Amino acid sequence: MEITPLGDSALVVRVRDISADPDDESLRAVLDALERIKSAQIPGLLELAPAYTTIGVFFDPLQVTSAGADPVAVFDWMVEQIHKAVSRKMKSAKRTPRLIKIPVCYDPEFALDLNEVARHAGLSAKEVIDLHHAAEYRINCVGFTPGFPFLAGLPKKLATPRHVTPRKEIPAGSVAIGGAQTGIYPIKSPGGWNIVGRTPLRLFRPEKEPPSLLRPGDRVRFLSITRSEFEHLEQ
Amino acid sequence: MTVKILSAGFLTSVQDLGRLGFRESGVSAGGALDQHGLRVANLLVGNDEADAGLEITLGGFCVRFEDERLVSWCGGDFDVYIGATALPSGHFALVRAGEEVIVNKPRIGCRAWIAISGGIDVPIVLGSRSTDLRAGFGGFNGRALRDRDTVPLGENSARAKGWIDNLHSEKIARVSASHDWVSTAKVDSTLRVVRGSDWNRFGAATHRVLTSELFNVSPDSDRMGARLEGPELKRIEDGDLVSEAVAPGTIQVPPSGKPIVLLGDCQTIGGYPKIAHVITIDLPIAAQLRPGDRMRFREVSLGEAYRLLAERNHDLEQFRVGLQLHAP
Repeated sequence: MEITPLGDSALVVRVRDISADPDDESLRAVLDALERIKSAQIPGLLELAPAYTTIGVFFDPLQVTSAGADPVAVFDWMVEQIHKAVSRKMKSAKRTPRLIKIPVCYDPEFALDLNEVARHAGLSAKEVIDLHHAAEYRINCVGFTPGFPFLAGLPKKLATPRHVTPRKEIPAGSVAIGGAQTGIYPIKSPGGWNIVGRTPLRLFRPEKEPPSLLRPGDRVRFLSITRSEFEHLEQ
Repeated sequence: MTVKILSAGFLTSVQDLGRLGFRESGVSAGGALDQHGLRVANLLVGNDEADAGLEITLGGFCVRFEDERLVSWCGGDFDVYIGATALPSGHFALVRAGEEVIVNKPRIGCRAWIAISGGIDVPIVLGSRSTDLRAGFGGFNGRALRDRDTVPLGENSARAKGWIDNLHSEKIARVSASHDWVSTAKVDSTLRVVRGSDWNRFGAATHRVLTSELFNVSPDSDRMGARLEGPELKRIEDGDLVSEAVAPGTIQVPPSGKPIVLLGDCQTIGGYPKIAHVITIDLPIAAQLRPGDRMRFREVSLGEAYRLLAERNHDLEQFRVGLQLHAP
């Protein structure tokens, strides 16, 4: 486990070897470390940002100093606390991953890049849709914009490079493919991924805690829905 | 009670000290880009340090009051008036019912923070009153202020009431905050940085360029980040990186070689190499970078960053105590 400073008020814990597609065991180890750091009540710790095999730890150096750290050695003190937290004797919670079903409408009006993905894969549009919603995915990371899930498990044939020039505006709910990953844009935002459909589900709900519908480790399946089902669900 | 926005200017939003605890859901902390400045302005008007104020970008702002309030501000080199009376940064004054506070275009710098006694009383969303402009929630209806908006204020604190009574004769209080804290815009400013985890993906020549040459602030800069133009920062080794946490102050280098200094509204994770980080104490200076400005970086040690932060905190503690002693 390697820990490096991220400026003077945050650090990054590399729980496992850096990978954009860690195996199940590695991701479990990361989520386990996340829980341990969260429950250790480390003084001055403000928030955490897990991503793939790493965890960003944000802290207030002044609170850390008040808790007894030498002001010039705040980072070393935090490193020690994190090592202690992660190696603590503690039952790792047996986590059965949640399976979340996400309805997706692959209607051509929503699926702006479906033809491009099909051309790239040498498949028909229908074959792309069938492959995309037949697979089971795992969330590796939530971030970039509020509630944006990065999903592993995309059938290899569907991997499609990002657009060289990102779109200025992608509609909320767009389901897209970026390289070997698939993801969903929860809010209207710029982006370079290939859009293959749209979900009527709200993935980011600021009135709820946690505001993100999806969490790292969750399993996801896409359910193909018709345009009229989409409009019905959207209401 | 409320205030009426007569002119919202280029971009004005409600901000407090930020939204903590939801980075796991992809929510950045946001908040005033100069948190220290907002704290100081809040203290001056008798508010809680974490109360919400207004972040004003490039001036052109005017607001009318409907009751008696204390007002203070900090930030760039702006002219701020209460009616015809100039209010210098880091001072506070009484504003009467019907009076207007005007913030003109800055000579130097980009942003100002106004604290009004009682604070801006918008609903708390996910633990904060800050506006998340990108995701469209929090603050005033999840958006920047517009002309003719009516913005709710909280109650004046006991301390604010005491001062309001006291200022009926002299208007501007004689108590003020340190000039360095409340006037943060500089010509050719220098931001101090510590090394990032990808420092060694760049060669010694690039390190020298980063820490010695002038960069220009690009027009597509915003609350997410200040984009820089000028000398290109070249990596010595390629290869894709996997996205991981980034923070306000992180200096990312995309393939173009043009660095981006991330600010409060930055995304929670990023996949570009992190060559360095602006230290926390210099983020208020970064918040003043305006398109067309020139700026440079200077490297300091992590220990130095912490020493500077502790020193400022010590001074802030004294300032808090001093304000108590001055209370009417």
